[in-house]
Amino acid sequence: MDVFWLQLFAGLSIASILLLIALGLTFTFGQMGVINMAHGELIMAGAYTSYVLQKEVFGAGRAGTSFLIAIPVAFLTAGTIGVILERLIIRHLYGRPLDTLLVTWGISLMMQQGARDLFGAPNVQLSAPGWLQGSLTVGDLSFAWSRIFIMGLVIAAVLGVGFFLTRLPQGRRMRAVMQNRQLAACSGIPTARVDMLTFFIGAGLAGIAGVAIGLIGPIGPNLGTYYIVDAFLVVIVGGLGQMRGAVIAALFIGVMNAFVEYGTTTSVAKVIVFATIIVFLQFRPQGLVVLRSRALT
Amino acid sequence: MKLRSRRSRGAVALVLGLALFTAACGDDDEAATDDTKVEAKSEAGGDTIKVGVLHSLSGTMAISEKSVRDSELLAIKEINAAGGVLGKQLEPVIEDGASDWPTFAEKAQKLISEDKVATVFGGWTSASRKAMLPVFEKNNALLWYPVQYEGLESSPNIFYTGATTNQQIVPALEYLKEQGKKKLFLLGSDYVFPRTANKVIKAYAAANGMEVAGEEYTPLGHTEYGTIVTKLKSAKPDVVFNTLNGDSNVAFFKQLKAAGLDATSMPTVSVSIAEDETRGIGPENLAGHLVAWNYYQLTGGADNEKFVAAFKKKYGDDRVTDDPIEAGYVAVHLWAMAAEKAGSTDVAKVKAAAKGLTFDAPEGLVTVNGENQHISKTARIGEILPDGLIKEVWASSGPIEPDPYLKSYDWAKGLS
Repeated sequence: MDVFWLQLFAGLSIASILLLIALGLTFTFGQMGVINMAHGELIMAGAYTSYVLQKEVFGAGRAGTSFLIAIPVAFLTAGTIGVILERLIIRHLYGRPLDTLLVTWGISLMMQQGARDLFGAPNVQLSAPGWLQGSLTVGDLSFAWSRIFIMGLVIAAVLGVGFFLTRLPQGRRMRAVMQNRQLAACSGIPTARVDMLTFFIGAGLAGIAGVAIGLIGPIGPNLGTYYIVDAFLVVIVGGLGQMRGAVIAALFIGVMNAFVEYGTTTSVAKVIVFATIIVFLQFRPQGLVVLRSRALT
Repeated sequence: MKLRSRRSRGAVALVLGLALFTAACGDDDEAATDDTKVEAKSEAGGDTIKVGVLHSLSGTMAISEKSVRDSELLAIKEINAAGGVLGKQLEPVIEDGASDWPTFAEKAQKLISEDKVATVFGGWTSASRKAMLPVFEKNNALLWYPVQYEGLESSPNIFYTGATTNQQIVPALEYLKEQGKKKLFLLGSDYVFPRTANKVIKAYAAANGMEVAGEEYTPLGHTEYGTIVTKLKSAKPDVVFNTLNGDSNVAFFKQLKAAGLDATSMPTVSVSIAEDETRGIGPENLAGHLVAWNYYQLTGGADNEKFVAAFKKKYGDDRVTDDPIEAGYVAVHLWAMAAEKAGSTDVAKVKAAAKGLTFDAPEGLVTVNGENQHISKTARIGEILPDGLIKEVWASSGPIEPDPYLKSYDWAKGLS
């Protein structure tokens, strides 16, 4: 029974990480149709932001302050990088997903090499704040605080994004543009500005993911490459542009992965999860949640 | 339509161009090492011996291999300062293997046939060595390989200055047995070194009354160890034998510690974490855990003090030395001594001269074994300190003769 709870926790933890890295991608890929291969590098930018803040601004002694401030700062940093990319390059490629794939892949290589030149090839060290070290003990079971924190962070992010999309005028405009670009433009919505904002939020969320992932994984130039495939997986299974779908997909993949991996091995679990997804997509190629729209695209 | 497609092609070309540009910029840290080259040329007045230095300076392996290149260049500089080899200055020809195994083979061929180097120092992963091996054998050229590896190999065209299994893994197992650790858990990255190493470990365990409580492999670059940690908790091993490589180590140790397991409750022995790697993982996650190598920066002796001081002087105080860095340094010195003794850089003559050669290396006295072209090395178990350096806690009674095929061990029959 102990193992059941530990694995359920591990699965939820994997799910929260998957969701966090995929959340930004539901905007850029899901809503705008940009196959953003540089999404992983925006996560990396967030992780390095957290590192720079701790090393250069606050020092390891104030790891807690530095970490909390890193979350909004990483959002802004990655978001700004995202907007720069959108304005300079991606804007010219809307409607041509395959071109965006090639171009953003090139951008991701550039960003990796840039990080290597700026911060050096080895991984950098980030001290976790004291209150995130160690674990919560319940009976014989222990649950890592860092993982609990990531779960909390992702819940906050999902609620925040949900509030933004449904309650705020900017969010509603974003949904309008996604559902029917021409009609939105006709109604006087500045679609180019909305695109920029969408990209800003998508990239910014990747930055937040980077800060969180730095707690439990390596921070180095290759960081992005470890997470990019999983992020796409969640978005595709969830249904393009559907946050609700992404949440369910992340939970499904995470928990399934944890339990299958416990019964088999890491590699076999990956194979089984992938095979399940392939079968699933045969029956539901649009993903879990489908947007019903009258648009002809 | 036409306009659109032209524009898209333009964008792709732009990005590719920019990517090339960044790649070119990436090389500018080579400038620091180029001074060795210029020095060599100017002092020798054009009459130099070229030697190849072939490591990954870009891609995933650059993390580790750049430091080995640095120590090899340091050794070349020292040899040149002392008058060179056979009265000639050494001129390093540096190539980038780019963490890509076919590139290693291609660059090795280029160094041999175009640059006509006397020897090559290079490689890190077993895959890169296996890719280069046929090139060196076909051209009857010479490679010095500076990293511990899984053994079961002995090419007449390669000298191995890192440890083979009986100088690293077997002594580590002997140490664990001595400490009364009976229940092992094997965790490794999924490629040739961990799988071969674990075969050896299982054979040893079976013959020595030790139990293997679990064996897990994760893909290279894997970053999610929650389930493995649960498996460790249920298996309750005495010690985890860790052959994970690269970034996975960072994720594993961070998550192990976060789950409330430290060096006391879940001790580990690692064979791929040295001083150069501890910082990226975070020493606070590693303190107290064990590693098995043949050399640490803190290893005693005047030769090592000199080496560490020279390395820090050339590359900066924040740099550390570790086992593969030292093995690269030793390789260059051994080759230079052999060539000097042979009176020639001819491969056959150098090989003959290298037989039985001894050198006071930073790790202590090493002797070249003429038969399998490995070197004798002292095995050392170390404990990681809170500052990321490693303190020796156990050492073999003297240098151990290399035995890549484990012929002298009864329990290892049938492994090779």
